[in-house]
Amino acid sequence: MRGFVAWRASALSILLFLLFIGVWHAATLPTVAQQSVDSEYAKLVGAAAASGQKSAFPAPADVAAKIWQHLKEPFYDRGANDKGIGIQLAYSLARVLAGYFLAALVAIPIGFLIGMSPLIYRALDPFIQVLKPISPLAWMPLALFTLKDSGVSAVFVIFICSLWPMLINTAFGVAAVRKEWLNVARTLEVGPFRKAFRVILPAAAPTIMTGMRISIGIAWLVIVAAEMLVGGTGIGYFVWNEWNNLSITNILTAILAIGLIGMALDLILAHLTRLVTFPE
Amino acid sequence: MSAFNDPFDPDAPLASGCNCGRHATQTAHAADSIASSGDSELLASRAVESAIMRALFPQDALRRRFLEAVGAGAAMAAVSTFFPVGLAKAAFAQSTGKIEKAKLKVGFIPITCATPIIMAHPMGFYSRQGLDVEVVKTAGWAVIRDKTLNKEYDAAHMLSPMPLAITLGAGAQPIPYTMPAVENINGQAITLAIKHKEKRDPKSWKGFKFAVPFDYSMHNYLLRYYVAEHGLDPDKDIQIRSVPPPEMVANLRADNIDGFLAPDPVNQRAVYDGVGFIHVLSKDIWEGHPCCAFAASKEFVTQTPNTYHALLKAIVDATAFARKPENRKQIAEAIAPANYLNQPVTVVEQVLTGTFADGLGNVRKVPDRIDFDPFPWHSFAVWILTQMKRWGQIKGDVNYDQVAREVFLATDAAKLMKEIGLTPPAATSKKFTVMKKEFDPTRPDAYLASFTIKRTA
Repeated sequence: MRGFVAWRASALSILLFLLFIGVWHAATLPTVAQQSVDSEYAKLVGAAAASGQKSAFPAPADVAAKIWQHLKEPFYDRGANDKGIGIQLAYSLARVLAGYFLAALVAIPIGFLIGMSPLIYRALDPFIQVLKPISPLAWMPLALFTLKDSGVSAVFVIFICSLWPMLINTAFGVAAVRKEWLNVARTLEVGPFRKAFRVILPAAAPTIMTGMRISIGIAWLVIVAAEMLVGGTGIGYFVWNEWNNLSITNILTAILAIGLIGMALDLILAHLTRLVTFPE
Repeated sequence: MSAFNDPFDPDAPLASGCNCGRHATQTAHAADSIASSGDSELLASRAVESAIMRALFPQDALRRRFLEAVGAGAAMAAVSTFFPVGLAKAAFAQSTGKIEKAKLKVGFIPITCATPIIMAHPMGFYSRQGLDVEVVKTAGWAVIRDKTLNKEYDAAHMLSPMPLAITLGAGAQPIPYTMPAVENINGQAITLAIKHKEKRDPKSWKGFKFAVPFDYSMHNYLLRYYVAEHGLDPDKDIQIRSVPPPEMVANLRADNIDGFLAPDPVNQRAVYDGVGFIHVLSKDIWEGHPCCAFAASKEFVTQTPNTYHALLKAIVDATAFARKPENRKQIAEAIAPANYLNQPVTVVEQVLTGTFADGLGNVRKVPDRIDFDPFPWHSFAVWILTQMKRWGQIKGDVNYDQVAREVFLATDAAKLMKEIGLTPPAATSKKFTVMKKEFDPTRPDAYLASFTIKRTA
């Protein structure tokens, strides 16, 4: 029965996808229009402008062709400002991972402290509450001004946006460790370090991992916007560069790639969460 | 045997006429084929190799026998062992003192104003000066300013008012900045959305939303000047917002704005996509106005003078090349690819050649739609400063002449123009007219007082 549901679900997914492509295809069917200008003028403008229209949204076939073209050659390098989509994604991933791991290095120990000490929790709470809702991109001008390096600034923006979910979830997970377990540890006279690593960490690990999963999602969302702002390399720069050229097909290709990588990152973190989850 | 022949080709013809027969001499043939391959480094190194081979084997017959016997590759290797060909080539490329820093980064915004900065890369103007320059595409003016202030870029493409604003500390902390060369003159336009086809009179533009690339830009000052001359107050009757050039066409298409005064290729791209039409070219507002500039910090100029000299020479050289109408097509092909402007070649070509579709069904021919002239007139700076004051961007008294002299390095540009055989103007200041109104750079305050629409008290 379960296998049957799974099979029907995939069939429905495929059907929805085909329906979406079909509607898209129908909506972008080229309208037959008469060329309304003389041929000398028509040579100087795009096909749509020559028939008195605005350039149209690309059809699914155009996008598929563009995706195939990128897949055939994902790692080309034609100079500083023109690199393949694979290289751009690698740059973005490297930035995200750098900022993300730095954030984990900071957030998890501080989250531990906050979770274990109500005093520190109360002292830091106002700062966290003010800093948490700030859009990470708002930090960008400040980062560029103080860090004086656009690459470092982009990593900083990722750092600052992935910090809060990890920090808050770690604190919450640590604070929510069952009192009985802590009492057992105290009865057995376990040292503070042993208590932290053998009792609290395993107990809080699923909550911490959930925080890390939220963070990687946010970090991947933010990197595109950050790279559109600073430019140079990365998938965000790719989108910006193609926007510059009003190339919707390339932008759609990038959107698809961003979605797939984001999904892969989320799946990896979900798998890791399952690894540290224990049955009660 | 000529300087540009392959010196290792035993069959190179000795008499006049060339291999293909289209050129008068083999020199012309070789120069043409190398030049058309776009590799000027090859051209320079060929000349050096030829000089060495001619010095070693002054007799043609002997040289030919030698080459036929050992082959070109072996000959090259043999010659290299006792003569440092590489060194000779490097010495040829460097005409001035030793370059302190050969690897440079120069930032640019993908618009045709940056043509000299961009084309100098694919067409080898930088490498000819012994520089290894990476031209980096940048997302916006604020970012290019910050990256240059951060020293991530050694020099950058800026709007000509920006070095003045940076030096004065308007919109950034004051840092001594220099502008040794103007890149382009003219080359902007006011583009309106297709739906405003009938509204050609600026008086009917009340309530329009316009985009300009940056607050401290010629575009902003020209648009303000243009509408103010037609009786509209740019701060009250219309809305002007600062939008990066690449986003302008997308916004025009989405009806977020009614028009823009923008650099090309944005205007031509709006026509190409059937979104807008070109209302007026900026050359019809002020014939010969400066727009974008090549800028560097004063620190770069004083601490690495030879590098600065070589870089500026490459830019001035490229600008001189871009001036010639016959070179424009070739330049359009060089700078249109994704690595540089990322635009269809025809769009860039229409901008540079001045034969363009105006969006209303006419093909217009305006050869000086965009032109390139490196000379940074001090009077340009003074005019810009009067407009900054007029619209309240700078307050208080300005020592017009001093700021103009310190930022617009007319003497340096003049010296380099002379070096490459151009005639720089004798004066550094000149009168000009903007929309039939004469500007006298010696009397900026009187000029400022003559406007009725202004933000000064």
